[in-house]
Amino acid sequence: MITSTFWILLTGSLAAASCALVGSFLVLRKQSMMGDAISHAVLPGIAIAFLLTSSRNTFPMLLGAGAFGLITVYFTEFLHKRGRLLHDTSMGIVFTSLFAFGVILISLYAAQVDLDQECVLYGEIAYIPWDLWIWNGLNMGPRPVWILGLVLVLNLAFVGFFYKELKVYAFSPEYAASLGIPVGLVHYGLMGSVSFSTIASFESVGAILVVALLIVPPATAYLLTEKLKPMLILAMATGVLSAVSGYYLALFLNASIAGSIAVMTGVFFLGAYLFSPSDGVLTRRYRKTDALPEPDEFAVL
Amino acid sequence: MNELLNILQYMDDPNARYVLTGTFLLGLSAGVLGCFAILRRRALVGDAVAHAVLPGVCLAFIIVGDKDPFALLIGSMVFGWISMIVMDAIVRNTRLSTDAAIGMVLSVFFGLGVVLLTYIQSTGNVNQSGLDAFLFGNAASLMPGDVQVFGTLSVIILITVAVSYKEMKMVSFDPDFAKSIGYPVKRIEFLIATLMVMTITVGLQAVGVVLMASMLIIPAAAGRYWTESLGIMMIIAAGVGALSGVGGTVISGLAPAMPTGPWIVVTALFLFLISFMFAPKRGEVIRKVRNMRNRVRIQDENVLKTIYLLQEQDGLDGKVRSLRDILKRRRMNIRKTRSSLGRLITGGFIDLVPGKPGGYLLTEKGRARAMRLVRVHRLWELYLTSQVQIAGDHVHDDAESMEHLITPEIEEQLTSLLGRPDTDPHRRKIPYGETTTEGGLL
Repeated sequence: MITSTFWILLTGSLAAASCALVGSFLVLRKQSMMGDAISHAVLPGIAIAFLLTSSRNTFPMLLGAGAFGLITVYFTEFLHKRGRLLHDTSMGIVFTSLFAFGVILISLYAAQVDLDQECVLYGEIAYIPWDLWIWNGLNMGPRPVWILGLVLVLNLAFVGFFYKELKVYAFSPEYAASLGIPVGLVHYGLMGSVSFSTIASFESVGAILVVALLIVPPATAYLLTEKLKPMLILAMATGVLSAVSGYYLALFLNASIAGSIAVMTGVFFLGAYLFSPSDGVLTRRYRKTDALPEPDEFAVL
Repeated sequence: MNELLNILQYMDDPNARYVLTGTFLLGLSAGVLGCFAILRRRALVGDAVAHAVLPGVCLAFIIVGDKDPFALLIGSMVFGWISMIVMDAIVRNTRLSTDAAIGMVLSVFFGLGVVLLTYIQSTGNVNQSGLDAFLFGNAASLMPGDVQVFGTLSVIILITVAVSYKEMKMVSFDPDFAKSIGYPVKRIEFLIATLMVMTITVGLQAVGVVLMASMLIIPAAAGRYWTESLGIMMIIAAGVGALSGVGGTVISGLAPAMPTGPWIVVTALFLFLISFMFAPKRGEVIRKVRNMRNRVRIQDENVLKTIYLLQEQDGLDGKVRSLRDILKRRRMNIRKTRSSLGRLITGGFIDLVPGKPGGYLLTEKGRARAMRLVRVHRLWELYLTSQVQIAGDHVHDDAESMEHLITPEIEEQLTSLLGRPDTDPHRRKIPYGETTTEGGLL
């Protein structure tokens, strides 16, 4: 008998691995907030799929959400180029508006749509073990596990197949373009993968935690290594570790599992931030080699 | 009529008036501060801060034990500040980019907030209900006390911005320069950030975590389309923000069970789209119209010039030129050429001569304008070959577009720079209007 703990851990780990894999490229490409934008903007897609099929069928939801993920990317580019706004400004306009639109749709059709804002924001990973997939009368285990597994396989295939292209693209799109790599295609492919991973994880872990899983483990790995392949592996490992330890933290505090997983990704990042052999703040102070790479133009104070 | 009645009835309700005043004031101050956020390339920092104050609200509740608005405000301000410091530290001390820092702070702090919120819920404290208004916002439940806090904060924010406008503007546009002329840059940045955290904290209760970012971004972005001046941009952004606050509140008040926050955002988005499309100078539609007008003018000028060149070619000034002659000299779209000819007749640049063979004849006015085009074209060619050292066979295409753009001032400069030359690089005469007339050519 497989326990519900096992299913929750498996769901969390699959989501974490998927997100960390594609999130690594977002972090390298300096487009981390695109994950945040997509995870919010898919809400109307999910609501529309829900209204059209009047069921919680996963496939239409994935389609609806995927479409809105790409719409977000497209409109952000559109407002950036045609509206001559900064990239983050146009992103902020697009995703908050789409989110607002989604909330309105949900409240307009509250009777038909069995979704609420809370589930969208925190997810309901605790109910995963009861969301079973019955196929030909056979109990195949929780449905989200299958979906997340499929998305992970697709992401692995995407990254494996286009590894070289993605690598060059991640470090320098201009150079990639000069080598004849179809940069636009790679960009939309990556955004498509981000959308799918986001949506697949969304239901279980919620919109904000998806952002934590997409960005924080890759950022942690980025502080530990400079090579792409170890970074991808480390990011996935950190993601899975956060999922597992977050679950037990949640049990201990009797609090939200999704929130605890996000907190654990932060704890691992803090560890790397302080103690990374190459980049850690304390390590550098100890060695007294303050070899800091050029920081971005940013000062909050 | 019925709707209007509904709105009036709605306004009569004192509670609705509190909500309206609250969202109005919120929109006003968020609009003003959003301008600084956008100008300083921090549009999404507001989003991160809005998410990151949640643990502060929860901790304040855990410490105080009830929803004392003042305690919650302090809690969220402290965490708003911590989140900004953490973002800054990550960017300063690692190779990670700004947006990674924003995303991390946003999601991890929010995760912590959710943990604390669910922890509070699990302890079963009866006072906790309503804490999640901070998550999704609940403008409908704004109390007179909340509106007083809103009002006070808005007044403080607006006065502070008005008093230190010059300094804030300088620091936002060019912090390095501001520092070099002795401004206390750190202190001013601290002030702006504090005002921003204050606005966000207050706004959360009305519109919620996710939509707070749009209250900062959308009105300011809309204001940007109307003006090049920061002061006017702020006034417009404040207006758009306040109008969205009021509009969203009224819409959500008319339909039962409609959330206020999203409708405020939709109203703001509507005003943004109007600005994006129709703002004079920067608006999309206006720019399209202007481009179209320019294209038409260039087409007309090309037709006019072609007639002139035909006359120059055979020296027969009085000869009428048919559409076929014109198109033989220069390949153009026949339909567009016809409409250009129509416009040129209406403008008095050419006369339509009926009969067989019918055709078009330049008027004095048309002749002068065409001559000027040709003159400018040839002057520019000469300038390119003699001053920029470009080969003579490469200059025609450039001159073809420059002839429509060169202003009389530039023309004068060109003439004096080149010493009022007689011929262009292709040894064609450069026509100088009246002077040439005096020379007896006409």
